[in-house]
Amino acid sequence: MQSNPLGHKVDLAERAYRIRRNALKMGEVQGQGYIGQALDIADVLAVSYFHAMRYRPEDPAWEERDRFLLSNGHYAIALYAALIEAGIIPEEELETYGSDGSRLPMSGMASYTPGMEMSGGSLGLGLTIAVGMCLGLRRKSSAARVYTLFSDGELDEGSVWEAIMSAGHWKLDNLIGIVDVNNQQADGPSTQVLAFEPLVDKLEAFGWFVQRVDGNDLDAVVAAFDAARNHAAQKPRMIVCDTRMGCGVPFLEAREKNHFIRVDAHEWQLALEALEAGRTQ
Amino acid sequence: MTRTAANSASVAAKPRLTTSAMIASIASEGQRTKPAPFGHALIALARSRPDIVGMTADLGKYTDLHVFAREFPDRYYQMGMAEQLLMGAAAGMAHEGFTPFATTYAVFASRRAYDFIHQTIAEENLDVKIACALPGLTSGYGPSHQAAEDLALFRAMPNLTVIDPCDAHEIEQVVPAIAAHRGPVYMRLLRGQVPLVLDEYGYRFELGKAKVLRDGAEVLVISSGIMTMRALEVAQALEADKVGVAVLHVPTIKPLDAETILQEASRSGRMVVVAENHTVIGGLGEAVAGLLLRSGVTPKFRHIGLPDEFLAAGALPTLHDRYGISTEVMSTRIKGWL
Repeated sequence: MQSNPLGHKVDLAERAYRIRRNALKMGEVQGQGYIGQALDIADVLAVSYFHAMRYRPEDPAWEERDRFLLSNGHYAIALYAALIEAGIIPEEELETYGSDGSRLPMSGMASYTPGMEMSGGSLGLGLTIAVGMCLGLRRKSSAARVYTLFSDGELDEGSVWEAIMSAGHWKLDNLIGIVDVNNQQADGPSTQVLAFEPLVDKLEAFGWFVQRVDGNDLDAVVAAFDAARNHAAQKPRMIVCDTRMGCGVPFLEAREKNHFIRVDAHEWQLALEALEAGRTQ
Repeated sequence: MTRTAANSASVAAKPRLTTSAMIASIASEGQRTKPAPFGHALIALARSRPDIVGMTADLGKYTDLHVFAREFPDRYYQMGMAEQLLMGAAAGMAHEGFTPFATTYAVFASRRAYDFIHQTIAEENLDVKIACALPGLTSGYGPSHQAAEDLALFRAMPNLTVIDPCDAHEIEQVVPAIAAHRGPVYMRLLRGQVPLVLDEYGYRFELGKAKVLRDGAEVLVISSGIMTMRALEVAQALEADKVGVAVLHVPTIKPLDAETILQEASRSGRMVVVAENHTVIGGLGEAVAGLLLRSGVTPKFRHIGLPDEFLAAGALPTLHDRYGISTEVMSTRIKGWL
């Protein structure tokens, strides 16, 4: 059991399970979705929304909230799953995922969805916005933090490094970056598409406080978020999360790795059952 | 209305520069100018608007934001030579309730940072004001610094208001007007010693409004930016030839003041000439042509603008002559079309 700043006792494993379940149900609605990514990042989102971040579900624009930027907009299915679990989006809207007129489009956009703080889709935007937000929050003497999730593939984008350099320059200690290293992008393994290692060394050289953890180990993720929040140095913080695509659904996790994991129509129910079987009560 | 002797003199004897310098003055010899009107207007505005901040990508000195930085050092954000970051960070600032004025050169905002403006600023309709120096052909440095297509690119972006001011008098009024407007704005910026022309016409800038600066029976020039200054000089020159040239100044390229343009273009017997410091593709000329055609208004129509080619490096007056946007060449062409 973990306690979050709201004072509630929450079981993070159960939260992560429910985020995965919500995501699978949305994937089933459309028969598609970036489900491999949603499953790999569910633990990080559970820790973000049920351990680390301050927010008010009934008031997603609450001025003192911690901001969460989803730079990798195609992970929207995962964030919706978390926002539903957090009570920011009603659970019944899950049925509308990706449909005409839905508030839950397949790529995350701020103007559509409560709790979605930026419009992603075009990769490499999130950290640049985060830099401006963190400077703005500093101007307002706000204690709020900006959590920014992005993917290892985004490390190919020059703008990401502009922002990484800038955050170091401004010593943005209110910025917590989270990079999902699932080593999979559109054309293949991220490390082969464009080598980005040694990532920790690079980020440290840019002036960041960097931790690297197994992003599917809840205890490790919690410890990393705590260390990032409590770190004394005036530096931006990065948590490099190594994750497993399809995590929580063994047959998807074992499936040939691909940016867009294929799930056949009959398999969504099987995936939900496999997830349920692994549920820790 | 009186025109200055300097204006007349400039038509007669314009000195020819010989270098392809990046920064060249667009003021004619002896023309009245004002220094850094954008920077000083922003200072005046910021005194009553604590939400205003200035941000730049290593071009504070060359966009007149440096005067704002001296006055409000804690409200000035030097983002480094990183235009994509500049735009994303400006969006982030706007998310937090500030109104950033983000400056760079027009080439970098339009060509390098387009997606960042499109996705982080315009799509969310954020209050970011983008002010960009060296618009159109106002540098002799070559295509790297000649923003011949900025208006075409920004006109095509939803939610974005696009402004092309003529002179220092107008820039001083544009700054508070766009800050009062809710939503993103792209503003072409004239910096340094900026010509002062429109004060003599009793002109007031209004967002979204085109204004008739002078009347004339034979020709209606529809223009924006520095081409309005040129058009006024052409009108003066052709007056001697008994050719009446009206000048309709259209500083707001988007949204276009369709009502005023249609009203003026509908007056029978006048040739309509659109003059713009921009490629003939996708700017004011095609915007006006499309409006007229859609509205069934079909006067004799001519278009003065930059050719669809990579422009040469060279001295600005030489280039303005070569590409047909100098007062002299415009006067000759318009007379030839009559």
